[in-house]
Amino acid sequence: MLKSTQDIHRIDINNRETQGAALQPCPKNLNRDLILLMASAGDSFYNILHLDELARMDTSIHRVHPLAKLLVTVAFLVAVSSFGRYDISGLLTFFFYPVTIFVLSEIPAASILKRLLLISPLIVGMGILNPLFERQTFILGGVVLSTGWITFLSILIKGALTVTAALLLVATTGMDRLARALRMLGVPRIFVLQLLLTYRYISVLTEEVARMQRAYALRAPGQRGVHTRAWGSFAGQLILRSFDRAQRVWQAMRARGFTGDYNIGEDTRFKFRDFAYLSGWIFFFAVARIFDVPGFIGSIMTWLAKH
Amino acid sequence: MSHHRLEARDLSFSYPDGHEAIKNISFCIHHGESVGIIGANGAGKSTLLMLLTGLLFPGSGEVLVGDVRVTKKTLPMIRQRLGMVFQDPDDQLFMTTVYDDVAFGPRNYGLDEKEVGERVMKALDMVGIPHLKDRAPYKLSGGEKRAASIATVLSMQPDILIMDEPTAGLDPKSRRKVIELLKSFEHTKIIASHDLDMVLETCKRVMVIRDGQVAADGEALKLLTDAKLLDSCGLELPLSVQGCPVCSNHIG
Amino acid sequence: MHMADALISPAVGGTMLAATAGVAAYSAKKITYDIDEKKIPLMGVMGAFVFAAQMINFSIPGTGSSGHIGGGMLLAILLGPYAGFLTMASVLLIQALFFGDGGLLAYGCNVFNLGFFTCFVAYQLIYKRIIRKGITSKKIFVASVISAVIGLQLGAFAVVLETLLSGKTELPFGTFVMLMQPVHLAIGIGEGLITAAVVSFVWKARPEILEKAAFGEAFGNISMGKVLAGLAIAALLVGGVLSWFASSYPDGLEWSIEKTAGTAELEQPGGIHETLSKIQDKTAFLPDYSFRESEGESGGEAEAVDTEESAWPAVSAGTSVSGIVGGLLTLALTVLTGLIIGGIKRRKRKAIA
Ligand SMILES: Nc1ncnc2c1ncn2[C@@H]1O[C@H](COP(=O)(O)OP(=O)(O)OP(=O)(O)O)[C@@H](O)[C@H]1O
Ligand SMILES: [Mg+2]
Repeated sequence: MLKSTQDIHRIDINNRETQGAALQPCPKNLNRDLILLMASAGDSFYNILHLDELARMDTSIHRVHPLAKLLVTVAFLVAVSSFGRYDISGLLTFFFYPVTIFVLSEIPAASILKRLLLISPLIVGMGILNPLFERQTFILGGVVLSTGWITFLSILIKGALTVTAALLLVATTGMDRLARALRMLGVPRIFVLQLLLTYRYISVLTEEVARMQRAYALRAPGQRGVHTRAWGSFAGQLILRSFDRAQRVWQAMRARGFTGDYNIGEDTRFKFRDFAYLSGWIFFFAVARIFDVPGFIGSIMTWLAKH
Repeated sequence: MSHHRLEARDLSFSYPDGHEAIKNISFCIHHGESVGIIGANGAGKSTLLMLLTGLLFPGSGEVLVGDVRVTKKTLPMIRQRLGMVFQDPDDQLFMTTVYDDVAFGPRNYGLDEKEVGERVMKALDMVGIPHLKDRAPYKLSGGEKRAASIATVLSMQPDILIMDEPTAGLDPKSRRKVIELLKSFEHTKIIASHDLDMVLETCKRVMVIRDGQVAADGEALKLLTDAKLLDSCGLELPLSVQGCPVCSNHIG
Repeated sequence: MHMADALISPAVGGTMLAATAGVAAYSAKKITYDIDEKKIPLMGVMGAFVFAAQMINFSIPGTGSSGHIGGGMLLAILLGPYAGFLTMASVLLIQALFFGDGGLLAYGCNVFNLGFFTCFVAYQLIYKRIIRKGITSKKIFVASVISAVIGLQLGAFAVVLETLLSGKTELPFGTFVMLMQPVHLAIGIGEGLITAAVVSFVWKARPEILEKAAFGEAFGNISMGKVLAGLAIAALLVGGVLSWFASSYPDGLEWSIEKTAGTAELEQPGGIHETLSKIQDKTAFLPDYSFRESEGESGGEAEAVDTEESAWPAVSAGTSVSGIVGGLLTLALTVLTGLIIGGIKRRKRKAIA
């Protein structure tokens, strides 16, 4: 007995030594590559994991019917995106919505706002070009500025509002309940089921890629990314594995009676509370869109200051 | 209880690439039996299980569940009675929450949502994970995943449980839990595995598969202590039979 | 290349959403009738594959940097146009929801730009034509590169059009096109080369996968007539929605309002606005705070700039100050409300505990 465990130990140590030796040539490079690889591969997976975690909390907002939340989000997006490019002050009222949801749902703001920093480069890219191309000017505090800056600012605000609203929707609802809302809206079953499957297997396949990248990096130290020669085989392997995986999933589905038509589960009924939530917010958005609340407040204040 | 009988008659099967994975296999499993199917990698265990559940159809021969032949037509009824747990829980748990996964089978059989709910909770209770019902599958440990995949089948209330490698990749404690779970079921059980100690504990009967054929079929204790037979089939004596390495000389 | 909610108007977003819904519904129907249910898990897993594949860093020779693929063309080639389109649609929906890439309102634009053009135009009209008379490595290479480039060029051009029609940003058409197309030519070539490499590999390892997709065995045979019918349906939908929008905005299409006048007056649909301005007149202390542009302009871009310039200096410092003050107060009020609700919640919880 004792002898055998010692043997195991020795083998273990040997292994570690040989591994260490193999890693010697360029440890620095390798480490950097590994860290880069893991960070990039893990990112989207962990992001999904995190939002999913938040969606399992239980607050008044989480309990609202998913369809009500989806419709409110859409109404919000329509209202926000309907503002013209110079209308910043009207937009500001709309911050009321995410702030309220943040507070009521107890979603940690940092987790969502972090995503905002990564807002699609398209938004910033297109926004920042406006000051170059708009030749009209306005005067603010004695400085003449291009109106493009206003456009830019309004695009940034809209970007922040719309991205936050979408992220808050999933963070308070979760993919499974959103799928039910989609079904209630009449989205075809095939699509919803396939959407759920994609969502489910992102984590499985991402881990597979992370493993493959790690294995690749260990044998190709110092390379940035997958070499041209391995382009086809690297992603191709993943495709073949995905096809096999799909085959096995299909068998598991069939074994449980799947014939292509699946009802996604309980359609929780719309309660009074959900109607109130929906109509309350839509009323608020309508008011905030039609009446310029900040402008109104501002006028009162300046008027008061003058008199 | 003839309707719980599972019978294979002269089964043969070749994969599309021409590989003959199952060659002329026949056996009969009776109500309440627990049968271990063992064999080396590639012996044809998984293929055999898929033939039994109608996931593959034999090139020749037939499978009978009770008195019903497994055909495309009888499949919906057959599948309700045969619950198959797959080798990789990530293939078995394809929905977004454990609850939805366990509910998948019952929902496919058109049960109303209330009964689905009852069945789901009962199945989760049986495997001891009712607290995990709202979890996403990827956040479960290996043992929890295994328990959840067994629950997905139990919720269909099958007469016969068929499992492919139920203890693969589990740590000793989780493995122990799964073994106790399997022992507690009164269903007819068919378990394919390389974990011969687990088979020895959970099954009274064993079928040894070699190159797509039944090399031996008989009492578990007898076959699993037959070192010569196991060796010829690419297997080894279970550790519990090998005994303590220090005193194993005495058994010889 | 995702279109973002911040850059589009509800009219453009809604129209594209309707068009996408039309094509998606048609595709879903096609799949239900023509394809066995085996393809559902395949589509699901391949959607996840796109996420995984987007994480692979391919080194770009001669640049020392690496890039990743979008995967639209690959999906079309592996799954065929209908399944490929639906799969791309679910990938984009998850990206919009979980990553804030694109957005829900811009979702239709994105599915159209990245899914429709690759699956129904580039794949259908180019890739399949080249591959039709038998697959060879060379054909895969040529077909992948050309179709990826054209698919992306069309998508990029659609982004330009959608953005300009939305009028949320002011970039001259020519400049915008000159900015987008060359960038996406480079991206398209990269995408095409990687797609070619991957498809060749799959073809050598498991030719049946490609044959099934290309020759419509299990994926339903696709005739051009039906695709055209699909397009016609989409076009009808687009037209229908457009005219609905047009009739619900008495002043014409929304984007033309915004193009011609950014003033608060014209943005409001007639009735409410009139009442509002009457209230304004009566209360008198509510000046037009917002930055002014001359109203009712319908001329071209250049003309607009001229007249607007003359109108702009008219903005008085006082009105913009009142706007800024109001804005800040609104934000302060919002934060305060948040704090109050939070405080009440905390006290309630303490009371329970
Ligand atoms: N899809 C397939 N196409 C072709 N051949 C296959 C396929 N699946 C399995 N085989 C072959 O059939 C034989 C039996 O495979 P099977 O998976 O049934 O073995 P197994 O006993 O379950 O092995 P393991 O213990 O490794 O799980 C093997 O030789 C295998 O290579
Ligand atoms: Mg097996």
